[in-house]
Amino acid sequence: MIDARDLSFAYPRGGFTLQVPELQVAGGERVAVIGPSGTGKTTLLNLLAGLAVPDGGRLTVAGTDLAGQSDGQRRAFRARRIGFIFQNFALVDYLDAFENILYPYRVGVGLKLDAAARDRARLLAEACGIADRLKNHPNALSGGEQQRVAICRALVTRPALILADEATGNLDPETKEAILDLLFDRAAEMQATVLAVTHDHGLLPRFDRVIDFAALRQRTAPEAQSVVPEGRPA
Amino acid sequence: MNALFLAFAHLRWTWARSLVLVLVGALILAVPMVTQTLLRGSEEALTRRAEATPLVLGARGSQLDLVMSAVYFSEDRAQPITRAAEDAVWDSGLALPIPLHTAFQTNGARIVGTSLDYFDFRGLELATGRQIALLGEAVLGAQVAERLGLGPGDSVVSAPENLFDLDGVYPLELQITGVLAATGTPDDEAVFTDVKTAWVIAGIGHGHDDVVTADADGNVTASAAITEFQRITPDNIDSFHFHGAAEDYPLSAVLVVPNDIRSGTILRGRYLDPENPVQIAVPAEIVAGLVDRIFRIATLLDAVTLIIGVAAVAAMGLTLYLSWTLRAPEMATARRLGAGRFVILRLAAAEIAILLSAVIAIAACFVVAVIANGDGIVAWLLAV
Repeated sequence: MIDARDLSFAYPRGGFTLQVPELQVAGGERVAVIGPSGTGKTTLLNLLAGLAVPDGGRLTVAGTDLAGQSDGQRRAFRARRIGFIFQNFALVDYLDAFENILYPYRVGVGLKLDAAARDRARLLAEACGIADRLKNHPNALSGGEQQRVAICRALVTRPALILADEATGNLDPETKEAILDLLFDRAAEMQATVLAVTHDHGLLPRFDRVIDFAALRQRTAPEAQSVVPEGRPA
Repeated sequence: MNALFLAFAHLRWTWARSLVLVLVGALILAVPMVTQTLLRGSEEALTRRAEATPLVLGARGSQLDLVMSAVYFSEDRAQPITRAAEDAVWDSGLALPIPLHTAFQTNGARIVGTSLDYFDFRGLELATGRQIALLGEAVLGAQVAERLGLGPGDSVVSAPENLFDLDGVYPLELQITGVLAATGTPDDEAVFTDVKTAWVIAGIGHGHDDVVTADADGNVTASAAITEFQRITPDNIDSFHFHGAAEDYPLSAVLVVPNDIRSGTILRGRYLDPENPVQIAVPAEIVAGLVDRIFRIATLLDAVTLIIGVAAVAAMGLTLYLSWTLRAPEMATARRLGAGRFVILRLAAAEIAILLSAVIAIAACFVVAVIANGDGIVAWLLAV
């Protein structure tokens, strides 16, 4: 699913540089990315989503070589193949929950809103337990409900890769667990890979693999990039 | 389509802001057009009626007041003249004099006491009912009849000229005999009666309606059943009579219709003496001067409107810009979800297109409504 080698990226104004010797994630895998702030976790997500272009190295996501894509192609790739979930939910306040789920079809390059997409949105909402809240606007939803809407939005386009940036950071402990279960279940149904940045170490046992970004940046050996949490198979 | 959907959803969500923007935009667009429409309409109406009125005879003083009062039945009150001035025109054999007494009102409409010649002169025709024939009868202009919902068989009561003028002006009930066809002129906003009826309202003529009675011994007592207004009926009409010399009865003005250009010129020459308390005005000349002045002011008004319009459009632009700044997080999300490069531009264009459509639609409705009722509004403006 993700194949990165000798990846390098630096912001044009300097300061921060990201070097990733090797990163490989298999399809359907659930990977957590941890590490202190400022180590480049979000930058990695941006590179994987095609929001930023690597300065060097090779980066293939879902079979697409992102380094060789034009801006328009990367936008279309992002719309079709990537699902985003944000810490602050990032819902559109003037749309109700149902239209928020369909929002990628309203703005995404190359996506066409049809009856199948609407049906999929309804089924996802039902599976996430918000079928009776679809007419409500975000300001009338709880934090957990808003994140459920965000998960439905990330999944409605049937993406190959779901990128979650602190997706449970704003939720209480019970809701965190429920939301993560929901995300993993729905992603498994769609055979989507999940790459989640998190600071919540209590959730790490639920992932297949954990990448410690602090370690990744310090070491150069490919085998040193991954750590397997206790009790979980590698 | 998606851009329009999102733009409409956003405008609906921020409906108060959208409503203010649309109303302000519609006003900016409509006001200059409405002003121009009414100005052109007023100019046309003023000029047309002035040119259709050869000469006006009235008290010396402001010619503008005289013409506005006699031709447009405005509030401008020129000093009255006497009926002797009308007789002088009759006696000259040079023109047809049409008396006008415009001192009184009823229900906000001017009561115009005149002669039947006025209706022929203005080409006024009855839409319903019959012409005035007896003392105390009146015909209504089309707008007055519509506004008051009155017609033949109904009645109106003249308003007291002065609340405290108890002995001079006593309200008179006027029997409506007909309603004139609409003309789009100040005649639509007037109530026409015979000049003698106007003199009855003025207290010059009156009947003995048992308000004050005398017994066999000549003792005078006021009736306990005193009425709030006079009423002329078949039973008491014969008791109505006028006091004083007929040539002294007041008139607001006299419309003078010369037999030909030469007669008009001769007549004008007779009233040139500044010592003469009576003067003749040529409405077309007076109104042309007035229209020139109005349009000089209108040009200034246009410049002010333009400046205010530019300022208002700039304020609207700033409002939209600030609104878009507030939507920066949404745009960042859209970009992460794979939005096209020009999605912001398309959303902004769609929002502006919807707002502009609403602005144009409302402004057009406003302008069309004003144009459709232009004659009536102009007639009302001129009569005020």
